[in-house]
Amino acid sequence: MEKTAVTKRLQAVGAAREFGILLALVIVVIAATVANPNFLFSSDGWRDLLLTPSILVLVAIGQAIVLITRNVDLSVGSILGLSAYLTGRLFIDIPGIPILAVFVAAIVFGGLLGLINGALVAYAKVPAMVITLGTLYAYRGINVLWTGSDRVNASDLPKDFLALGTGQVLWIPILTLIAIVVLVVIGWIMKNTRSGREFYAIGSDPAAAELYGLRVTRRLLIAFVSSGALAGLAGVLYTARYGTVNSQAGAGWELDAVGAAVIGGVAITGGVGSVWGAAIGAVLLLTINRALPILGIPDFWQRAVVGVLIIGAIVLDRVLAVRQKRKLIAAREDD
Amino acid sequence: MTTATASTAASVRTYRDYDRPLWQRLLLTREMAIIGLLVIVAVVATLSVRGFGQPITLTYLILDVTPILLIALPMTLIMITGEIDLSVASVVGLSSVLIGVLTQAGAPFELAIVVALVAGAIAGAVNGFLVTVVGLPSLAVTIGTLALYRGLAVGLLGTTAVTDFPEFWTDLAKMKLGGSNVPAVLLLFLVLLVVFVVLLHFTPFGRGIYAIGLSKTAARFSGVHVERTKLVLFVLSGTIAALAGVYYTLRFGSARGDNATGLELQVIAAVVLGGVSVFGGRGAIHGVIAGVLLIGILASALRLANVTSDVINIITGVLLVASVVSNSFLAWLRTKRRAPGGTARAKASAAG
Repeated sequence: MEKTAVTKRLQAVGAAREFGILLALVIVVIAATVANPNFLFSSDGWRDLLLTPSILVLVAIGQAIVLITRNVDLSVGSILGLSAYLTGRLFIDIPGIPILAVFVAAIVFGGLLGLINGALVAYAKVPAMVITLGTLYAYRGINVLWTGSDRVNASDLPKDFLALGTGQVLWIPILTLIAIVVLVVIGWIMKNTRSGREFYAIGSDPAAAELYGLRVTRRLLIAFVSSGALAGLAGVLYTARYGTVNSQAGAGWELDAVGAAVIGGVAITGGVGSVWGAAIGAVLLLTINRALPILGIPDFWQRAVVGVLIIGAIVLDRVLAVRQKRKLIAAREDD
Repeated sequence: MTTATASTAASVRTYRDYDRPLWQRLLLTREMAIIGLLVIVAVVATLSVRGFGQPITLTYLILDVTPILLIALPMTLIMITGEIDLSVASVVGLSSVLIGVLTQAGAPFELAIVVALVAGAIAGAVNGFLVTVVGLPSLAVTIGTLALYRGLAVGLLGTTAVTDFPEFWTDLAKMKLGGSNVPAVLLLFLVLLVVFVVLLHFTPFGRGIYAIGLSKTAARFSGVHVERTKLVLFVLSGTIAALAGVYYTLRFGSARGDNATGLELQVIAAVVLGGVSVFGGRGAIHGVIAGVLLIGILASALRLANVTSDVINIITGVLLVASVVSNSFLAWLRTKRRAPGGTARAKASAAG
């Protein structure tokens, strides 16, 4: 009895959509490590493996929440850029400002930008794609206007803050720890709380959710605010990690974030997937980027590999869905 | 993207439209609003921005917006069916690189153009295959092929650029008609424009496109070949994006892997501004042309007035959001005015 429960558990893990993508990640890491042990076993290699994807992981988690509600947030790259520059400006304009205050300010700022997206989507009942395409331009424009030809340099930032970007606890970089904490908290909320489950309900069938009496408007606002706030947090970490911020920080990240979520099994049609998947997708996306040159493939081909991966992931999803449907029909006929 | 509520809203709107007199149906449309705005912006720009009315400015304006105009034609049809093609700018880059690689290898230039166009058609067919046969959402598919085609382009040429093209062809891209300032490339666009207007607005195929956008199931039951129609549209989109790539390469005399990066968002912004609904079923070519020209003229005039490109970006974004939000706002106002006491219908639509 005990044993069957365990095998069932194991089977469930194996069948989970996240498992396939995790397996792909492990294969990439092993292949790259075999080709060059430094990929994993040098201290730099290990650090890069964890550090590089941490920022994209945060943005991808936010994107996953929005995608699960059957919406999309194309403005995340612009929000990241704005809050990264805000981070730099706060340190320059208010000498001695506590680092924690900067974190809070950037997260709140990102959340407000997300609130604008959410309000426009929820109240005007306009497709999120159009609204966030508009705010992608608008926020980036404001960013360039604000930054001008100016840029934030590492020398403008306090040493303690920059240490966050490179520091580590034991063998794990601090930025990675932040990403993991956020991932665990949001992953738990999405799976176990009523509000988390409602995101899925809304994405599966918006009309039914509305008829059932779910507070769709409020949930949509929360989804966009979360996405914005996470992009804001990612902006702070971006500044800590790279030290330099110009007006183009985060440009094009919206497609990486959507790509990471899609690779990780979050369906663009809503209601399906998890923030875990999106996070693993983000790690895979950036790990491939580093693994390709080591495997002897010029990194010019990176985007092509990513494209094949995205298409492969959605085709796989489709195949699994069709098979499941067939199984359900068969089960019904058996009765 | 609340598909269910949107499609009922769309059908209610269409139904109500036919209660109105003909002049209202023709003049009080989204398209006319954008055309009106376009005329106002053009007049204000000509009067207030020094140098905007000059022939040379208009020449550059046409040369600049041509790729967007070209790609917007098939994009309009695809979006009316409720799908989207985000890979177009990557196809522009890919066709540009193919021309570069073949020219470098010493192939005849005519052959290079043919190969680029065929590659575009294949790229479109791959999108169409994944959307129609495999049954995947086009937004996800074309995000994937956006990366894939761009990756092929960058992979083939790396960061190098090919700049050595036959003068005959590069001159052709910038050639002007007779003694005028009108670029010859405008003719190419006009020919395609006629083809697409006839295709969308005057053929059963075009009516099928609207039908698919309003309801796929209903369209199928009325004998529309839903899958075949979408496949044809994606192939058309890929081919025309490749054509735009040929033009882009010749105009700037440079084949690079990162050519036209991000152009897809500009095209989609213009198409949506022109009144095409991303839910499908709604839109017209004349509105889209006005949308492209509106963004183009604004950018050109503001640049001449020494306004930086960032402000142009902000204006583009706000315009896009305002144009879609204004529709909901007007609809909300209408329900309020029609039922001051708050009838059941107004309450229902306010709650919906």
